[in-house]
Amino acid sequence: MTINKLTKTPTGINGLDEITGGGLPAGRPTLVCGSAGCGKTLMAVEFIVKGAIDYNEPGVFMAFEEKSEELAVNVSSLGFDLQKLEAEKKIKIDHVHIERSEIEETGEYDLDGLFIRLAHAIDSIGAKRVVLDTIENLFSGLSNESILRAELRRLFQWLKEKGVTAIITGERGEKTLTRQGLEEYVSDCVILLDHRVSNHISTRLMRIIKYRGSVHGTNEYPFLIDEKGFSVLPVTSLKLEGDVSSERLTTGVPSLDKMLGGKGFYKGSSILVSGTAGTGKTSIAATFANESCNRNERCIYFAFEESPKQIIRNMHSIGMDLDKHISSGLLKFQASRPTLHGLEMHLVSIHKLVKDFKPAVVILDPITNLITVGSVSEIKAMLIRLIDFLQHEQITVMFTALSLNNITNEQTDEGVSSLVDTWLLVRDIEYNGERNRGMYIMKSRGMQHSNQVREFIITDNGLNLVDVYLGSDGVLVGSAREAQILQEQAGTALKDHSLTWKDKEISRKRRVLESKIARLQTEFESVEEELNRVHQEEAVKKEILERARKDITNMRSGDGNDK
Amino acid sequence: MQSLDLENKDIYKLRLYVAGASPNSVKAISNIKNICETHLKDRYELEIIDIHQQPSIAQKEQIIALPLLIKKSPLPVRQFVGDMSDTAQVLRGFGI
Repeated sequence: MTINKLTKTPTGINGLDEITGGGLPAGRPTLVCGSAGCGKTLMAVEFIVKGAIDYNEPGVFMAFEEKSEELAVNVSSLGFDLQKLEAEKKIKIDHVHIERSEIEETGEYDLDGLFIRLAHAIDSIGAKRVVLDTIENLFSGLSNESILRAELRRLFQWLKEKGVTAIITGERGEKTLTRQGLEEYVSDCVILLDHRVSNHISTRLMRIIKYRGSVHGTNEYPFLIDEKGFSVLPVTSLKLEGDVSSERLTTGVPSLDKMLGGKGFYKGSSILVSGTAGTGKTSIAATFANESCNRNERCIYFAFEESPKQIIRNMHSIGMDLDKHISSGLLKFQASRPTLHGLEMHLVSIHKLVKDFKPAVVILDPITNLITVGSVSEIKAMLIRLIDFLQHEQITVMFTALSLNNITNEQTDEGVSSLVDTWLLVRDIEYNGERNRGMYIMKSRGMQHSNQVREFIITDNGLNLVDVYLGSDGVLVGSAREAQILQEQAGTALKDHSLTWKDKEISRKRRVLESKIARLQTEFESVEEELNRVHQEEAVKKEILERARKDITNMRSGDGNDK
Repeated sequence: MQSLDLENKDIYKLRLYVAGASPNSVKAISNIKNICETHLKDRYELEIIDIHQQPSIAQKEQIIALPLLIKKSPLPVRQFVGDMSDTAQVLRGFGI
């Protein structure tokens, strides 16, 4: 009819539309198959309900398995009020009941009854969506397979002609996708749901087996059914093209900021804090969480080891009040044992919670515990996807990891060290009969960072980093460092003391010399005076003598006239 | 023969659901009429309902396969699908 591209009908199911590139093929039937209890009916119900509520597309749900009342009760736990929607004529539920024992087959027949019923239902509410759940039940009610097959083929063709987007669910068969080989008839789009249990942990997975005329994700995608319905996680966008930010976030420890070029972590980066048991990883993580809440940013703390109350109590001991952030709604704890569900499920639930809560900071404490539910490579794959997703959302994530041995800290068990942007390592330094904590930055992409080992101290008022002392015996930490500090202080005091002593000595000497100089001065003055006096005496004497001689001369000349 | 006489007194209330003039429907109508005329002369009531005309009945009566014949009485209620070409099967179901 047209050469337009295949139009798609959005399902409204979280994540499914991303995988399928927009939804299910519009106006065509889609087969959803899977073993019992894997969520086929739920997915179909959600398709109808979301269609009716979000896309204004009424839908018909034809149930071959459950009665409409049962169905309504079953999905009411997901917040779907089918009866209300039915009353509003947005959906129509038709329960098809077939009992083989009641029916005798007497020759040729067809499924016109079903067609008419469906047509009536579709027309009565103007339905755009149809679900047939599980149509294979017809095979248990009617025995003539060749008729049924022919009729099903006709039914799917008829649905296409009607232009409704349909979901047909089918129970998974031994070797085929469905017990009755429905995949032969519904060839436009086939989705397989799986429910796998490995290591006692169940994981729900979805795979699109085929989607004619459209590109689609081919991987197995984990999905989750929770109190809000179905969510699928499209986790293959490993294109490494997320935005980056050069904004920096403080760590909450000023001295640690200083080690990280003075500003802290990059926003949207991933940080790994690894270390042996009891080195304060959780404290670092909680400090970072606290700091982000202080900045009025939201934070989710995924605790896999301790309960929230335990963490809050423990953080009180280092002077941190997380309670107030919880009550103000900035901080959210999500505590669960890793064994609660499979790795993929953790990823899906984290994904979902992050989408809902929209935090700026996410903390996973610790990722090491996830090893109980998956292999190393699986954890790595999961974390890659998680980091990828969070980076895309510009969310800063901090992981803590427990290193199991003391000898080599070069690699964490999860092998995520190459993925993260910043890696802080906290380790024990055993020296002089005590254990102390040393911290250093293994790497920090794109910023100046300190290459020094700092001693990491947990005090009543929070965390702090101090310089370690490099003595003749190597790195000095803990009480040895304190002793070194004391010793240095003592040395300084002594030096100060001797300095003042010398000063005093000098001034005293000066005073002695100065008095000496004064004495000499007076001596000199008296000598000078003496000399002056002699001089004057002699001058006076000379004058008197002169006068006397003149007098004598005058007298002589009076006598000598007769001569 | 005694039992047959007893049953003979019962009136067979039959209802046949068909879908318009589809081949199976047409065949079923003629077949059931034949059977009734031959074996239940004057002691049957046959009601023929075209689902196309009253589609809402389909849901109420749980109709999927057509043609569908329902024997309301005598009890037990029995259902037959098909074009009623298997006369022996129909009669067995009728208890004749």
